[in-house]
Amino acid sequence: MGSIQREIRLESDRDPGFADEIRSMPGCEHLDRCIQCATCSGVCPLSVYMDHTPRRIMELTRDGFKDDVLRSNTIWLCASCYECQAECPMEVGVTDVMVALKNKAIASGVAPKDVPTPVLAREFFRMVRETGRVSEGKLVQRLYLKTGPAKFFGMIGLGRDLMRTGRFSLRSERMKRPEDLQRVLDGTPGVGK
Amino acid sequence: MKYAYYPGCSLKASGKAFEESLLAVCSALEIELAELDDWNCCGATAYMAVDETKGAALASRNLALAEQTGLDMAVPCAGCYGVLLKAQAMQRKYPRLADQVSVGLKAGGLTYGGRVRVKHPLEILAMDFGTKAFRSRVKVPLKGLRVACYYGCRLVRPESPFDDSHDPVTMDNLLKSVGARIVDYTLKSKCCGGSLTGTIPEVGQNLCYQLLKEAQRREADVVATACPLCQFNLECYQKDIARKYTDLKPIPVVYFTQLLGASLGLDPVALGFPRLIVPIEPILRERGIMAKAGTEPAKAGV
Repeated sequence: MGSIQREIRLESDRDPGFADEIRSMPGCEHLDRCIQCATCSGVCPLSVYMDHTPRRIMELTRDGFKDDVLRSNTIWLCASCYECQAECPMEVGVTDVMVALKNKAIASGVAPKDVPTPVLAREFFRMVRETGRVSEGKLVQRLYLKTGPAKFFGMIGLGRDLMRTGRFSLRSERMKRPEDLQRVLDGTPGVGK
Repeated sequence: MKYAYYPGCSLKASGKAFEESLLAVCSALEIELAELDDWNCCGATAYMAVDETKGAALASRNLALAEQTGLDMAVPCAGCYGVLLKAQAMQRKYPRLADQVSVGLKAGGLTYGGRVRVKHPLEILAMDFGTKAFRSRVKVPLKGLRVACYYGCRLVRPESPFDDSHDPVTMDNLLKSVGARIVDYTLKSKCCGGSLTGTIPEVGQNLCYQLLKEAQRREADVVATACPLCQFNLECYQKDIARKYTDLKPIPVVYFTQLLGASLGLDPVALGFPRLIVPIEPILRERGIMAKAGTEPAKAGV
């Protein structure tokens, strides 16, 4: 038997306002209904890879362990498939809570810089504002530049297949008048550009 | 029948075959899809991850444009479909968010009154046009073709206005009605990993492997999808996945509209068959659905 370890969390690690902050966001109002049954963790196809399962995220969130939650890889492994939310017997908006936590992690700057998922989200956000649409080829290019250009070479075979079938282009897809969309985005209250 | 057509970004790029086959099928059935003028990206899950309120406004600009047409909206990409339904549900449920969205829309000279019906082509073809009416148009029944119907997540969850969120059957019934043999495919609404397949391949590709392996175990000839991201993940990464999981054999992954189009006897090029990396022609010939002559697959236009 190896060494027995237990991580102890302290009262001082808690942020008392955090649970209320999350509860006030869309779809998160029923956080306290959670009975910790772990149906969410059971149906989640990704929970085996997560450092905290969805059930633990629900508990840590309402207990105010802001740092554990926002720095976890869980929120960036969540693919938003909504299975946890559809299956939750207490109708907790589990996926919606994950989305709220992603918003908080990005806004407070603690989202990991080297994990591709939040990088993709930010690049996507920027590209949509610039052109109104997403150009898949350009987005992938930006993503690899930021998270490890070496990976790009692993994708050459795929790139060739996509070129051959006319499914890949570096041409920029854009709206005729992206400024029409920019006015809407800038006029909506939120985190900014 | 006429709809306001919202293609979304993928159908103009890697998912071109979905747009091609959908337009071909609809035109054969005299269903008019009028593309919304200067639509914008729906935001997908990525935009909502950064800022939910602006994400809702982004999606709602398209709803506002569709509302001006007075038509129901046809949304083939399951990702866009899920986001647009979510934007609607959020505004119905949270008046404060709805106010923020309408402030944004107003800045762009638009209003949204919450009256648009967002529909996926599955719903349009199976319910609005009708399975029975569709069957009467079939020229080449897909007799003996074993199909695994894969719905993925966002088409049916968190809730679907037309099908069950765990065990959907609309695609099963539609393809059965044109002669296909539907295999029991219990993973039909499990997640394909979405963009994780590209961003964290060791995780996303494992999910795709499980989906493909199950289709293979059920002896499916082909997997039918209703979402450009599902189709991309299951088809385009297949070679990479098979390098790691060597028990996996190549299996064509197509859009359900491509199969429906084949049953209507439409031209394979118009249905985007040349855009498939794992070709479907061999199995269609083997099952006698496609003529054996002219075995050279047509080249895709770029």
